[in-house]
Amino acid sequence: MDKKEKDVILKVDGLKVYFYTASGVNKAVDGVSFTLEKGSTMGIVGESGSGKSVTSSSVMRLMQAKTQKIVDGSITFEDIDLLKMSQKDLLKFRGDVCCMIFQNPMTSLDPVFKVGYQMVEMIREHQGISKKEAWNKAVEALKLVGIPEAEKRMEAYPHELSGGMCQRVIIAMAVCGNPKLIIADEPTTALDVTVQAQVLELLKSLQKKLDTAILLITHNLGVVWDMCDTVMVMYAGNTVEYADTGTLYREPMHPYTWGLLDSMPKLSSTSKEELTTIPGVPPDLRLTGRCCNFYNRCPYVTEKCRESVPPLVEVKPGHFVACHRQNGAEHLVRGEVNSYGE
Amino acid sequence: MSENKTQDILGREANMAMLQKERKANNAWNKLKRNRTAMIGFFIVAFMILMALLAPVISPYSPNAINPGIPFKGIGFKGHLLGTDDLGRDILSRIIYGARVSLIVAVGATLVGAGIGVLIGLVAGYFGGWLDAVLMRIMDGMFSFPFILLAMILITVFGNGVTNVIFAIGIASVPGFARVTRGQVIIVKEEEYCNACRVVGVSDTRLLFLHILPNCVSQIIVYATLRVASAIISEASLSFLGLGIALPTASWGSILRVGRDCLTTAPHVAGVAGVFILVTVIGFNLLGDGIRDVMDPKMKQ
Amino acid sequence: MLKMMLKRFLQTIPTLFIVVTITFCLTRMLPGDPAVAILGIEAKQEDIEAMRAKMNLDKSLPEQYRLYITGLVKGDFGYSYSYRQDVFGLIISRIPNTLSLTLVALVFAFFIGTAVGIAAAIKQNTWFDYVFMVLALVGVSMPIFWMALMLVLQFSVKMNLLPVMGMGDWSKGFGDVVSHMILPGFCLATIPMATFARTTRSSMIETLSSDYIRCLRARGIREWKVIMIHGLKNALPPLVTVLGLQIASTFTGAIITEGIFSWPGMGTMINTAINNRDYSLIQGTVLFSAIMFVFCNMLVDMAYLVLNPKVKEV
Repeated sequence: MDKKEKDVILKVDGLKVYFYTASGVNKAVDGVSFTLEKGSTMGIVGESGSGKSVTSSSVMRLMQAKTQKIVDGSITFEDIDLLKMSQKDLLKFRGDVCCMIFQNPMTSLDPVFKVGYQMVEMIREHQGISKKEAWNKAVEALKLVGIPEAEKRMEAYPHELSGGMCQRVIIAMAVCGNPKLIIADEPTTALDVTVQAQVLELLKSLQKKLDTAILLITHNLGVVWDMCDTVMVMYAGNTVEYADTGTLYREPMHPYTWGLLDSMPKLSSTSKEELTTIPGVPPDLRLTGRCCNFYNRCPYVTEKCRESVPPLVEVKPGHFVACHRQNGAEHLVRGEVNSYGE
Repeated sequence: MSENKTQDILGREANMAMLQKERKANNAWNKLKRNRTAMIGFFIVAFMILMALLAPVISPYSPNAINPGIPFKGIGFKGHLLGTDDLGRDILSRIIYGARVSLIVAVGATLVGAGIGVLIGLVAGYFGGWLDAVLMRIMDGMFSFPFILLAMILITVFGNGVTNVIFAIGIASVPGFARVTRGQVIIVKEEEYCNACRVVGVSDTRLLFLHILPNCVSQIIVYATLRVASAIISEASLSFLGLGIALPTASWGSILRVGRDCLTTAPHVAGVAGVFILVTVIGFNLLGDGIRDVMDPKMKQ
Repeated sequence: MLKMMLKRFLQTIPTLFIVVTITFCLTRMLPGDPAVAILGIEAKQEDIEAMRAKMNLDKSLPEQYRLYITGLVKGDFGYSYSYRQDVFGLIISRIPNTLSLTLVALVFAFFIGTAVGIAAAIKQNTWFDYVFMVLALVGVSMPIFWMALMLVLQFSVKMNLLPVMGMGDWSKGFGDVVSHMILPGFCLATIPMATFARTTRSSMIETLSSDYIRCLRARGIREWKVIMIHGLKNALPPLVTVLGLQIASTFTGAIITEGIFSWPGMGTMINTAINNRDYSLIQGTVLFSAIMFVFCNMLVDMAYLVLNPKVKEV
């Protein structure tokens, strides 16, 4: 991924985010690295609790509590070290240069203020323009994201809009600034299937128009295939596989990725076929970091997996895998062991 | 050596052990034990209750033993740890016996209020409709009377005396209990398991008392604990105004009333009684807050 | 919105009706013959009969109830024999003194309490939070009549700093009025202040941990705006509820506090009424304060409507 350094917009290196709780240290993100190029889309997939959301909010320096800390690593945005950024610059960065779209659009807007108020407030926070100008800009943005009767919607309270409509408003807020990066944290999970497609389509068309990079967090592999140029698979706070989308789908290498792909429902499959699942549960995040985190669910487990953490290795150009068995000379072949479990 | 050990680090056994440990730690009583505020409250309350129970054993004098030779003696007077009042009665003994009356009145009044209020709340919340409307309008009406004033009138109707004070304060706290219970019943009765009960033909009474009531109990306990705290203050205010426990019976409020009349000559009389009231009320409030924090998953940190 | 407010207003009618009915029932349950109470035990039988007729006590209960309600509508709350005055007029003459005291106390309590609550919520789990929350706990647990006694003892008797009795006189200057108000005002403000601080803190903590606050931060809104505009407006509804309840309980508190400070308001009047067993005055005051409370509740609910756009029904 080190083709043209100047095109890289976001570079995360060895990020570690720990949650300090009464019952121990949760290693929510334990060494994640990736780069994102200008105008491209990267997907982060993984099951809940794998650290994908925490990674994305770390880019915004949005920690939910004082007990959540970035303990190691660096996040660089266009040669600026985000972790050293002052609070004042951070405010300019958030919402203007880098926007975030959250999972639940219905709770992403302040329920007691009208949509218009919130949009104008945000625009004026970043641009020194009059209320009137900000209002017009907001209306334009609403029109751009395909909201009918934009003027009327400005006067509505968030609860008067549908989920899809709210998500459009939030996307419109992003468009009002000069977004170079949009972080979308499961932007469609809470929406109806038909609305999901519309929102994703909207994101794609805006990306083309504004040349924005998108960091898409999802657990839906179909969405990744549709939207992303590169994919990172996360498991228990670690990157387990990282490649461009085509490669990952054609020749996935990590047993966990295989499991993920196998558990996808296929249109071609007959109805009698049961969905494959990965047996077992993800490890407790207080205990990870001493061995391969996937070893207790992996059908190909070896002695080595129990003894050390597999490093993330570039096995082919642009294709990184963290698996002891794939890093060595003898590569595993997918499907060597047919069924998961004992 | 490491094989078994690492197996345990992430393995199923480790997960099970951890879950069990967490379940134990999340058990309400254990959570309460770890809650520092609740424990402070618990010890204060336990101390006061113990003092009231052991009154005949620990009090140095009879609470009504008059000794005209030594009126208004200050704290630390020979043989009288907390001094004496206008008639030379030992204040410590009166405080200890007063704890009995004050706590009995406060707890009794809360039980009366809870007994009637919870029943009204259950019926109103469960059956809804016009019954709910009528009952809750009556509760609203009762709630509109300032608490002390309602108790005052009830005492002028019933007359003085411990039982009457209990009923006066108890009846005045009925609407609060009714509201709390009703609010909870309305939430609980829509839960899936209640629908399931109805589907299999469980009778209304059975459903109400065996399934809905137990699920409202935590809220009621929290409210009752906080209610005891304010009942202590209510008793003290009524007795202070001369409407509650009549002299010479010792209650913290009636001691305070004596203390008011000799405020300049013997300020310790009022001082001591007030400190006991304040500490006990703080105790019940801490306990109530603590129980609420434990019961309410939203407050979990 | 207006329609909902009207609906809420109409809802007070049944409540008022019940308040009146409860007061009526309690009046009839009182022991002793009111006519005898007014005229004295030695009064002649004819006089008592005449008084009973005058007070409608010779009529049937439903008839009495009807006459009672029509009397109330006309502003007839009864006659106070200890003050030898009409109860309604008496209450109206005393109300301004009580209101000025309770309002001053409530306004101070609201602003100081809310400010402390917000600060404690922002600085959650710091020494500031701990110290003020312990103080607030002591505040809500305080028997205020006792605190009043202790304050009088300390500041008036021992230090001779502040006057003990009565209300200040404007003719003696602003200082006189304020110095008379400090002790009773402080006593009355204690419980509401502590309650506001506690409610604001917990409501703010809950609000500040919600999704939209995180989203506002992600949009680059300045922190003070996030807290003081968005946080506060969302945290306000529970505070309004508490404010409504505190108006009533501060009024109750005034009954006791005024007695201690000889403040010439409704509280002192009720104390006199109790000591003289002046039932009609007690009932009149109780009814009057209950009606006031019903309207306070109505105003609180209306404030809710304005604050929370989601509330569609009262």
